[in-house]
Amino acid sequence: MTEMFASILFPPGLVLLLGGLLLPVVEGKLRSALVLVLPLLTLTLVWTIPEGNHIHFGFMEYTLQPVNSTAEGRLFATIFSIMAFVGGLYALKTASLTELTSAFVYAGSAIAVTFSGDLITLFIFWEIMALSSTMVLWANSKNNPKAYAASIRYLLVHLLGGVILMAGIVAYIYETGSTTFTAMQTDSVATWLILAGFLINAGAPPLSAWIADAYPEASPSGMVFLSAFTTKTAVFALLVGFPGADILIWIGLYMVFYGIIYALLENDMRRILAYSIVNQVGFMVTAIGIGTELALNGAAAHAFAHIIYKALLLMSAGSVLLMTAKRKCTDLGGLFQSMPVTAVNGIIGALAISAFPFTSGFVTKSLETSAAAYEGMVIVWFMLLAASAGVFLHAGIKFPWFVFFQKDSEEGLSKAERTPDPHHKNMHWAMWFFSFLCIGIGVYPQALYSILPYPIDYQPYTIDHLVTQFQLLLFSGFAFFALLPMMKRTLTISLDFDWFYRRFFKVLGDEFTIKTKTVFGVVMDKVSIKIQRFIEKLYKHHGPQGVLARTWPSGNMVLWVAIILACSLLLYYL
Amino acid sequence: MIDDNNKHWLYRKKSLPILWSIQIAILVVAVLPEFFIHHHPHFEKQGINIDATWGFFAWYGFLTCTAMVVGAKILGIFLKRKDTYYDD
Repeated sequence: MTEMFASILFPPGLVLLLGGLLLPVVEGKLRSALVLVLPLLTLTLVWTIPEGNHIHFGFMEYTLQPVNSTAEGRLFATIFSIMAFVGGLYALKTASLTELTSAFVYAGSAIAVTFSGDLITLFIFWEIMALSSTMVLWANSKNNPKAYAASIRYLLVHLLGGVILMAGIVAYIYETGSTTFTAMQTDSVATWLILAGFLINAGAPPLSAWIADAYPEASPSGMVFLSAFTTKTAVFALLVGFPGADILIWIGLYMVFYGIIYALLENDMRRILAYSIVNQVGFMVTAIGIGTELALNGAAAHAFAHIIYKALLLMSAGSVLLMTAKRKCTDLGGLFQSMPVTAVNGIIGALAISAFPFTSGFVTKSLETSAAAYEGMVIVWFMLLAASAGVFLHAGIKFPWFVFFQKDSEEGLSKAERTPDPHHKNMHWAMWFFSFLCIGIGVYPQALYSILPYPIDYQPYTIDHLVTQFQLLLFSGFAFFALLPMMKRTLTISLDFDWFYRRFFKVLGDEFTIKTKTVFGVVMDKVSIKIQRFIEKLYKHHGPQGVLARTWPSGNMVLWVAIILACSLLLYYL
Repeated sequence: MIDDNNKHWLYRKKSLPILWSIQIAILVVAVLPEFFIHHHPHFEKQGINIDATWGFFAWYGFLTCTAMVVGAKILGIFLKRKDTYYDD
């Protein structure tokens, strides 16, 4: 079996991408089967293609390398395939066909990026990702009137990112003559542009707002897909392209605290989780900036674990949204009583994101903080430690507390009247499977450690680490409950950089429209008067009564001929 | 208003003191090992050993979280808008 696959050197991402396009053609059970089989087929292919750069083919005067299997790429492609499988399972009964098809094209192109050996292939799939993820959002327009506008704003941000990335790639190829996607230095305009293009997709400042603006408008399953691929493909690209770029440390730290602060202020449960994506990706970006083998392993492992527990949290939140049609913390609460499956899985996801011992967060995030410590980065380490406490605060407790506990939002209702868990068992299985992975990786981290890009010798379970982590988290939890009155939710959103393009430029545009309208009116008046006069003059001279339109008597002509002849005679004599 | 006894016990007023005592008990258990184990400082070379002092992770977690909540609250004064802000 393995040998049979080993001879197939086909880009694994294309299996999902092209297979996804088949979904609308088939129906019923065959479609469900495809949704579940395609990701598994992709995963098999990811692991049977031997390491190395296999296919080179010419495209204009450049070489494309679409099957470049590396340790980093394989790790990301693995989790992307698993995500497509579990996401597909979760979405099976509720997602629209447009959403499902787009999500598979989206996942496939993300996997294709991780197998790109050159910048041109990377860019092509990068853009397919932008378009297909927009479609995932757009597919929810029927159910959520806000989704359409959000999808357009989302697309604009990503098209901007794409243009910047393309400009960088063009300049880079012109400067170096090489299209190979490999580690770059931030020493030229070209590489800075490429870095900026990657960072926009990672949710870096100033354009971090697109994540919390767009993702929560998607369907319950749509946001699960969206949370996994774009930002983590950007993490992959940064990991390969810019390991050890110092600026990433500070950009990452900014993202970490941005995510916490905005999530603390937020009222919408899925926007809390969206801000938390920026927070988590911030950890990874910081680790990539540190750039040692341990740090890069940490970033890759954290991305792997994060995709799982963030998807789990969003599946839990999605189930709540699906069943209650409510998304605000002020409207929710007490659902642990009637939605036990959703609540338990949400809590497992929350414990994992908070890096509680025996969960995937604990064994992956600690690689990043340890890397900072080994490099003697005092400030970075202390900030990451505070941020780890903050993760528990903004996602680990805040999400489950306000959704599943807090107050009893269905007080007085009998058990039968309360909102139950989703009826679709596939949603339960998807959540249980990811919960299993959250704890499985936490209890047996060697499985994940063995597929990391670099060899690793790290023991997360020391007495010291366990004791300090419990203290850090439990006292953060204490702070949450002690300050609960300050955490009271309000019916608000928080202004962010998107204010500039959603409000400021709009007002500016409107203002200019008014002014230009007046100016335009005045100019148009003047122009029309001039044209009117021109026509009048024309009419006067050439009209029926015009001097130049009259029929001339032949005597006139004879007179003029005589005059010309007289002139020529005169000239002759001279 | 629903009778306190008909509520889930988690939401009953008289459960509150019990819930708080459970939490405090957990916190006490969490700091107990401090009496027995010795932490290794992460930045010995830089001459920083605050992270190896008694109960550092406990108070650091509590204080930084408090700072973040207060910080968010202050920023909220300037940044918060009604959630229908962009709707019109």
